[in-house]
Amino acid sequence: MAVELDVELVSPEEVTYSGSAEMVIVRTVEEGDIAFQAGHVPFLGVLAPWSVDVLRPGGERDTFAVHRGFVEVSHNKVTILSDVSEAAGEIDVTRAEAARQRASEALSADVDDAGAAAALERAELRLRVAAA
Amino acid sequence: MPGGKERELRRRIGSIQSTKKITRAMELIAATRVVKAMQRANAARPYARLITSVIEDLAAGGAEVNHPLLRQADEIRNVGFIIITGDRGLAGAYNTSVIRTAERQVMGHVAEGKGYSLCCVGRKSASYFRFRNYRIDHAMSGFSDNPSYDDARRIAETVSESFLSEAVDQVELIYTEFVSMGTQRVVVRRFLPLVDTEMMAQEGKGTGREGSFEFEPSPEAVLEALLPRYTEARLYGALLDAAASEHANRQRAMKAATDNAEELITKLSRAMNQARQDAITTEIMEIVGGAEALSGGDASDVEAALASMLTGTDASELTTAGAGGRPA
Repeated sequence: MAVELDVELVSPEEVTYSGSAEMVIVRTVEEGDIAFQAGHVPFLGVLAPWSVDVLRPGGERDTFAVHRGFVEVSHNKVTILSDVSEAAGEIDVTRAEAARQRASEALSADVDDAGAAAALERAELRLRVAAA
Repeated sequence: MPGGKERELRRRIGSIQSTKKITRAMELIAATRVVKAMQRANAARPYARLITSVIEDLAAGGAEVNHPLLRQADEIRNVGFIIITGDRGLAGAYNTSVIRTAERQVMGHVAEGKGYSLCCVGRKSASYFRFRNYRIDHAMSGFSDNPSYDDARRIAETVSESFLSEAVDQVELIYTEFVSMGTQRVVVRRFLPLVDTEMMAQEGKGTGREGSFEFEPSPEAVLEALLPRYTEARLYGALLDAAASEHANRQRAMKAATDNAEELITKLSRAMNQARQDAITTEIMEIVGGAEALSGGDASDVEAALASMLTGTDASELTTAGAGGRPA
């Protein structure tokens, strides 16, 4: 039997998710995806605003939108610390759609609007995760 | 005037009774809130613990300690204070004990010739220090009951900014630590500069992990991203502790108030009953006196008159029912 990973997604308020997984896929700020399986060397990274995929032993997949955070891997335990994250089921698609609309309009008016660019990125990440 | 005193007492009892209802309600509300606040404080603990352990791992991985939030000033000229109190009173000594500790701290630093900068969290501390003409640089309120992480982030950002711009060289955090339901104590903690990571690693039990971490992008970059989160998490923990303490204090204060009201009601009821008894006795005496004067001393006439005045019924009934030991 394959060794499994323990996965925990921890927000400042509470432990929002915990379970076991065969593989966890995240993206770090170096613009690269990285997947962890059991036996991975201890790892500590800063997460990019991107999705985190947890592949469950039964073949299911849990997806989260993580806007900011860290991943720590040691002793077959993956801990994701994030103060802004959402599970796919929690995302309000209509709201994200509206936010994307607003942000892209603001961007077309002013290309250098950093706030709108970030908002657009967030909205797109939400929609992508919700669709997954 | 007979009955005046009784009416007065009855009114007072009524008002105390309605006060008691209010304090009882506040006590019950505080009791449920303190439980919720404790749960929230416990739920927030894993994040704070993990973020500390990540810093320990970084220290073990040999991260360079050279972050502006770790800046140790050569000379402390200005000290910042974050003072966490509640928005509302009626919580016993909760607000005053924090304020008193804070004022002593500020005075101590001023006496040493340093400047101060206040960041008042909660309406109570802000109004106290404003009334006494202290200079308040930041005041935030409206969430002491139920602080969110966003509130903590806002405060941490504001304070870190003034630390990074060197407006202050040191920041103290003054709040009430929730030890247990029965014990809460005011503590003064160093908030900034953060003690350096090697010290943190030693304070933590080291976790016995091998220090062969891979870092992405680099230990320094991870640390840089991590330290602001660490300050936020610490502040959030302090806010949650303060909220739980506030509710626990309010529950105790309101319980004492309810008990006092009860005691007062018992005392006043006794006084009122006595006053009523006195009034009745006086009234009877007046009637007896009046009747006696009218009849010119005839005993049976007096009784008949008294009976008809008291009850409006036929006098003969009363004479047999009990004319008060007077032989017929």
